[in-house]
Amino acid sequence: MGDAPLLEVRGITQRFGGLTANGDVSLKIARGELVGLIGPNGAGKSTLFNLIAGVMAPTLGSIWFDGEDVTRLPAATRCRRGIARTFQVVRSFESMSVLDNVTVGSLVRATRAAEARRAAIDVLTFTGLHTRAYALANELTPAEKRRLEISRALATAPKLLLLDEVMTGLTPAEAQRGVELVRRIRDNGVTILMVEHVMEVVMPLVDRAVVLDLGRVLAEGKPADVVRDPKVIGAYLGERHSAPRA
Amino acid sequence: MLTLETIVQSLASGLLMGLLYGLIAVGLALIFGLMDVVNFAHGEFLMLAMYATFGLAVSLAVDPLLAAPLVAAASFVFGAVIYLGIVRFAMRAASNRGMVQIFATFGLAILLRGLAQFLFTPDYRSVQNSWLSGKSLAIYGVYLPAPQLAGALISIAAFAGLYLVINRTDFGRALEATREDAGAVALVGIDKNRIFAFGWGLGAALVGLAGAVMATFFYIYPDVGASFALIAYVTVALGGFGSVFGAFAAGIIVGLVEAITAMILPPALKYVGIYAVYLAVVFLRPRGLFGSL
Amino acid sequence: MMKVAPTALHRRHQLMVAVLVAALAAMLPLLIKDVYLQNILVLTLMYAALSQSWNILGGYCGQISLGHALYFGVGAYATALLFTKFGVLPWFGMAAGGAIAAVIALCLGYPCFRLRGHYFAIATIVIAETAYLLFLNWEWVGGATGIDIPIRQDSWMAFQFARSKLPYIYFALLFACVTWLVTFVLEDSKWGYWWRAVKDDPEAAESLGVVVFHSKMAAAAVSAFFTAIGGGFYAQFVAYIDPDSVMSFHFSLLMALPAVLGGIGTLWGPVLGAAVLIPLTELTRSYMGGSGRGIDLIVYGTLVMFIAVARPEGLIGLVARRRATGAN
Repeated sequence: MGDAPLLEVRGITQRFGGLTANGDVSLKIARGELVGLIGPNGAGKSTLFNLIAGVMAPTLGSIWFDGEDVTRLPAATRCRRGIARTFQVVRSFESMSVLDNVTVGSLVRATRAAEARRAAIDVLTFTGLHTRAYALANELTPAEKRRLEISRALATAPKLLLLDEVMTGLTPAEAQRGVELVRRIRDNGVTILMVEHVMEVVMPLVDRAVVLDLGRVLAEGKPADVVRDPKVIGAYLGERHSAPRA
Repeated sequence: MLTLETIVQSLASGLLMGLLYGLIAVGLALIFGLMDVVNFAHGEFLMLAMYATFGLAVSLAVDPLLAAPLVAAASFVFGAVIYLGIVRFAMRAASNRGMVQIFATFGLAILLRGLAQFLFTPDYRSVQNSWLSGKSLAIYGVYLPAPQLAGALISIAAFAGLYLVINRTDFGRALEATREDAGAVALVGIDKNRIFAFGWGLGAALVGLAGAVMATFFYIYPDVGASFALIAYVTVALGGFGSVFGAFAAGIIVGLVEAITAMILPPALKYVGIYAVYLAVVFLRPRGLFGSL
Repeated sequence: MMKVAPTALHRRHQLMVAVLVAALAAMLPLLIKDVYLQNILVLTLMYAALSQSWNILGGYCGQISLGHALYFGVGAYATALLFTKFGVLPWFGMAAGGAIAAVIALCLGYPCFRLRGHYFAIATIVIAETAYLLFLNWEWVGGATGIDIPIRQDSWMAFQFARSKLPYIYFALLFACVTWLVTFVLEDSKWGYWWRAVKDDPEAAESLGVVVFHSKMAAAAVSAFFTAIGGGFYAQFVAYIDPDSVMSFHFSLLMALPAVLGGIGTLWGPVLGAAVLIPLTELTRSYMGGSGRGIDLIVYGTLVMFIAVARPEGLIGLVARRRATGAN
């Protein structure tokens, strides 16, 4: 693997009317890394996440993926390039079975439905959902639905997997299984960027953490260091003293 | 001959008609905004109101202007009953809810049309002697027929009343809240079905009012609702789903466009102008002029 | 060792059922000699095919078009005009009509597919109505008078038969089979998966590499193509067309209704819906509509309402429990 980063975000600024959601954000993610994107509410994590995923184009700045400028590419094209994402509020295809949901993903790489379905079964076996392959998506438990989200994204054979708060709202046992899954995905060679709120889960997991606050990169580095950074503590504590979260 | 006089006259008539279109559309928009249901039988509500007005005029010699509030009240009851008896069940559909509603109300529309044909025969009716018929008001040389003018004024008053109800009363707030999250309001003790029934009643009352007014200057027959329903549907979309005010404004625009089109194209094509305007607007603003949904 | 996936088995079953149903339907004309009933059979088969075509865009892809009469009319007029004015055989006429309709669908799709839900549906209505009004006032296509297709002699080349309905029945059956087969194949193809994904959640579909716009365009083109062929067939069958009979809004609804009542987005829904609805419509109209008292409308309307409310997932819900297997 070369030195070139897999993902490079250069000077991203995103404005919505008068609001600046991201201000001059830059970061690099190397191949094979497992990076956590954290920060208090309103820090701009979701916006950055969506910009990398291709939901919209940034007001300023550029996004480079695997040596290519993908800033103006739409989400579907970015998926073909190797960027896959999950949604914070699970968005499964409710009328389709678990297998069919994942097959939609694997159709990015396979051309025929039968081939795609076989690939989908493999993915479901990897993520541990294969016993529920023929259940309808809306029959799954919330934890299983999360797993489906990840399976679907994984089926597109991504180089970079963007996970949006996949650990939120899980029981400790479910969270533990989730962590194992993320580790296994990384061990399989997929680079991962995860947005997370659940500190106890994410910090032991990631190689590196990037902290956003008020739309800017506040700190970056090993989890153990970031957690002790006074700026980071201040950003979170400050939040604890303000109005309660919704 | 297209003179300034005829143009102004045309626009004035178009404005008056537009205010009525607005009234019809507002009823439809209210129902949609409340529960995401498009009432395909809206035109038939109009038609029934027209027959009711005709009936009162012919049997009890009640002038349509006086009958209007009664017909509106009866329409209110009718609308609530339709919701409680039919629509409520259509909304239980787990999937394809939009299609189910369209076809449930479409079936209702056919049924009502058949009933009208059965009860009143397909013959054309009209209200002959109303207090206002034949009279007109002349302003700077522009003739405003009294029935249409009364209709327009009633429409404005009704809309103003509706606006106050929605924005200033508790019921109006409940209506808004239920639209946002029907499940949540149940937790607060608001009966969703009561609100929806009221909403349907109100929507039906508004179009019923329009029907009572229109009975004085339109022929009444079983299929009369069909074309108005389509125009109402387009009007609501033009104004933007989710905006009751938008529907009213769009109604005025539709009335004016219809009048302008009638000056340029042969009468058979008078709706083409409206269709073109709708397409032009949504291609530029995919959610209509003031839409939020 | 992996056993045969339920999907493959299920699909084999579907094909066997289809062959059976087609065979039964093929035998019907031999048993039914009454011309009136044969007429109903032709219409039922035709509506099954039309609704199946509509279902591709409306049921699978989730884009509810209430203006499909446009394509039907285009097919009917193309066939009729090419035949009466230029002597082009209806077979070519139908193909031409289908191609033209597909092109129109793509051209309309370009601006229309950025519209969602009701806005899209209304746009389809409005466009179809505009076409209807245009044709009504256009001399060259016959205006309100329509086009009369003279039947000179029975001929397969010119696809016209003065007395026997049999050829029409068999063509309609073939047409219904073809549209069923096309749906069957597409259902288990990448298009089928993409369409259903687009229907359920376009944004999620995009994130999985589905180009939503292209999917919708493909569905629209296929749907329009077959609908137009149906129109061409109808022109030859009734030998007289005018805007009211082939381009009205009511007709658009009639093409969608069997699919919705039978089971929108399913393979058999349109067939089931047509099999129930069309004979019902025709029979109520004949036995009760004659008086002009609207009783047929009352019955018809009540039934549509009843089915829509009682069985929102469609009549197919009565026949087959919702299966959570594979590509159904």
